Amino acid sequence: MFGIEALELARMQFAFTVSFHILFPAITIGLASYLAVLEGLWLRTHNQVYRDLYHFWSKIFAVNFGMGVVSGLVMAYQFGTNWSRFSDFAGAITGPLLTYEVLTAFFLEAGFLGVMLFGWNRVGRGLHFFSTVMVALGTLVSTFWILASNSWMQTPQGHEIIDGRVVPVDWFAVVFNPSFPYRLMHMATAAFVSTAFFVGASAAWHLLRGRDNPAVRKMLSMAMWMALVVAPIQAVIGDFHGLNTLKHQPVKIAAIEGHWENVPGEPTPLILFGIPDMKAETTRFKVEIPALGSLILTHSLDKQVPAMKEFPPEDRPNSTIVFWSFRIMVGLGFLMIFVGLWSLWLRKRGTLYTSRPFLYLALWMGPSGLIALLAGWFTTEIGRQPWVVYGLMRTADGVSNHSYAQLGFTLVAFVVVYFALFGTGLGYMMRLVRKGPQTGEGDEHNPGGPGTQRTPARPLSAADDGHEAESASLSKGN
Amino acid sequence: MGIDLPLIWAVIIIFGVMMYVVMDGFDLGIGMLFPFVKGERDRDVMMNTVAPVWDGNETWLVLGGAGLFGAFPMAYAVVLEALYLPLILMLIGLIFRGVAFEFRFKAKADKRHVWDKAFIGGSLVATFFQGVALGAFLEGFKVVDRHFAGGTLDWLTPFSLFCGLGLIVAYTLLGCTWLIMKTEGDLQLKMHDLARPLALVLLAVIGIVSLWTPIAYPQIADRWFSMPNLFWFMPVPLLVLVTFYGLLKAVARNAHYTPFLLTLVLIFLGYSGLGISLWPNIIPPSISIWDAAAPPQSQGFMLVGTLFILPFILMYTFWSYYVFRGKVTHEDGYH
Repeated sequence: MFGIEALELARMQFAFTVSFHILFPAITIGLASYLAVLEGLWLRTHNQVYRDLYHFWSKIFAVNFGMGVVSGLVMAYQFGTNWSRFSDFAGAITGPLLTYEVLTAFFLEAGFLGVMLFGWNRVGRGLHFFSTVMVALGTLVSTFWILASNSWMQTPQGHEIIDGRVVPVDWFAVVFNPSFPYRLMHMATAAFVSTAFFVGASAAWHLLRGRDNPAVRKMLSMAMWMALVVAPIQAVIGDFHGLNTLKHQPVKIAAIEGHWENVPGEPTPLILFGIPDMKAETTRFKVEIPALGSLILTHSLDKQVPAMKEFPPEDRPNSTIVFWSFRIMVGLGFLMIFVGLWSLWLRKRGTLYTSRPFLYLALWMGPSGLIALLAGWFTTEIGRQPWVVYGLMRTADGVSNHSYAQLGFTLVAFVVVYFALFGTGLGYMMRLVRKGPQTGEGDEHNPGGPGTQRTPARPLSAADDGHEAESASLSKGN
Repeated sequence: MGIDLPLIWAVIIIFGVMMYVVMDGFDLGIGMLFPFVKGERDRDVMMNTVAPVWDGNETWLVLGGAGLFGAFPMAYAVVLEALYLPLILMLIGLIFRGVAFEFRFKAKADKRHVWDKAFIGGSLVATFFQGVALGAFLEGFKVVDRHFAGGTLDWLTPFSLFCGLGLIVAYTLLGCTWLIMKTEGDLQLKMHDLARPLALVLLAVIGIVSLWTPIAYPQIADRWFSMPNLFWFMPVPLLVLVTFYGLLKAVARNAHYTPFLLTLVLIFLGYSGLGISLWPNIIPPSISIWDAAAPPQSQGFMLVGTLFILPFILMYTFWSYYVFRGKVTHEDGYH
């Protein structure tokens, strides 16, 4: 039906649920560290602005954390429901790594998150700051475990295959597999950049509406410093990650570049744009720069980059998709670097907070980090195909044996439910953003913690209640 | 002989599922009791009685899923593939319930009824399919060469559907007696009136399952009725009857705490009964925890972190319930 097979439907379902899920943890990771920085600055400088920003963003953080937990619930079961053969084959390695990821998250909920969200007026400043830092660290530890699992699927090592199943022999080698350090750095940095642009867009929104105050300015300023410094760093990390991929998954690189064959004796060109055609084994309408491919990927002018035709057709990932998803990621990355540079120029001229063209760009760039992050994940995951565990198990052999109708039904159900529920959740987050930072926020008594109505395992309860109250304050503000 | 890791992990997972059933059972029950209570303020109170603790379920459910994945990958693969539809529908129900729970507090008054309905629907769907999954699990799965070899709708049997309905009754009774314990006045009175009929229906459900399983599955009959097992396991059904008697008595004399505690005892006994029927199989009818276990390197590696973190989660849970003891009234706002 429609030329899509059950396997594709299963992949689409997993891609949909995991893509939705990843957005929340990405912002959680970024905001947690941002909050730790804000609180640290408040403790050092006693500047009220940092304190107000801390309380403003901690509510958004709480709602976002809650969405991540709920959408994560499905992920804990999807491996078995949809990829049962893979789960049986690789569960001895990916299962324990996933367990460590969720244990870390629950450890946070049971402890530091509660102090962070509800303890402002109840514990000492030092302890509260310590809790915030621990939450920030905890989100990174969670990232560590889940990326170890994903990276092992990309570049597996430290295992043996016994009776047709994976058996871990060296956990250190499993966790610190060749692509892991690069992927972890790339993902954590992506989370920071995504959050910076989200925060920057929020500030730009307020400034464009004339709601100019020191807290909003500070938000924009901090976000743009992040963009200026971290976006270029991310480009460098990405380059290293690319070289690592070239070494371990050369065909992925060939697919990303839409590069089909090398001309003997000539360096590899870089194809800027084109439409890779998997059937015809060529890239149509291509615009290419001679030798640039060799320069970027081998840092030389004579070495060639592996080409798709050097690999059997059944081992090639879909170049049409990864060629473009990669360019969306890189294009947005360059745009982010540009925004950072522009902000520096405006900052020097003293018009950072008033230049409307710049503020509009910053506003539109709000989701750019998340889009780039998704495009990057699409590139690396689709680029891993046709393998689910690279070189060890093909995706087609890992899938559960479900009918087309069954998968179609659940996919539609997921799409409807996710858009309805998480759409509402995002809407709620946006309402909190629109409210803007308030002076003296967090002075009010904010009871919460175990045994009260507000608990850290219900992070949403840390945010304000009642839409009426908000719209009232909104109309006051405008 | 060293440490029996599969046994330890089976105990951890059985304990986790038990924690889930106990802690989420009454939350789901409250969702299903919503249709019986019309007043907005009473509904607020009902939600407030679980607001501080309802999240416990998420922890155990995710931990159970991930733990099963790591410790018994084969069981995780076979059971989850076989129960695809009921589990996905259960998860969607749980998501609905969870999000409705939060957004109901944040919604405008005129939108609140939407989240009320989502809360009721989510609780019902989640409970029903959890029961269906449980029933299908008891019936066992066809496994060939380590993979599920049955059909898409194998789980759909009269027995599994009956278990779905049965679990709705069990959780509703849990929710009902929980509310008797945590509320007062009209709401408590209403729950008090519901408790007796619910308990009688549950008695019938447990009776039917206890007869149905040994008749339909000789293996289970053999487990219970052969000597000396009969002697060892006889206390379970006897205790069930004694507990029911006590429960009805406690409701009749208008006790506040006893009905909930006795309902928990009932749930625990029912759970033990299922355990006795199945042990040591993790994929009924014939694959044991040792057959399905991950290699010791995996189970050992996971055990280190789990044993470190479980006490924290348990302490936190205990503390939550301890601080939250006592009645919830109309005056206790959400704030």
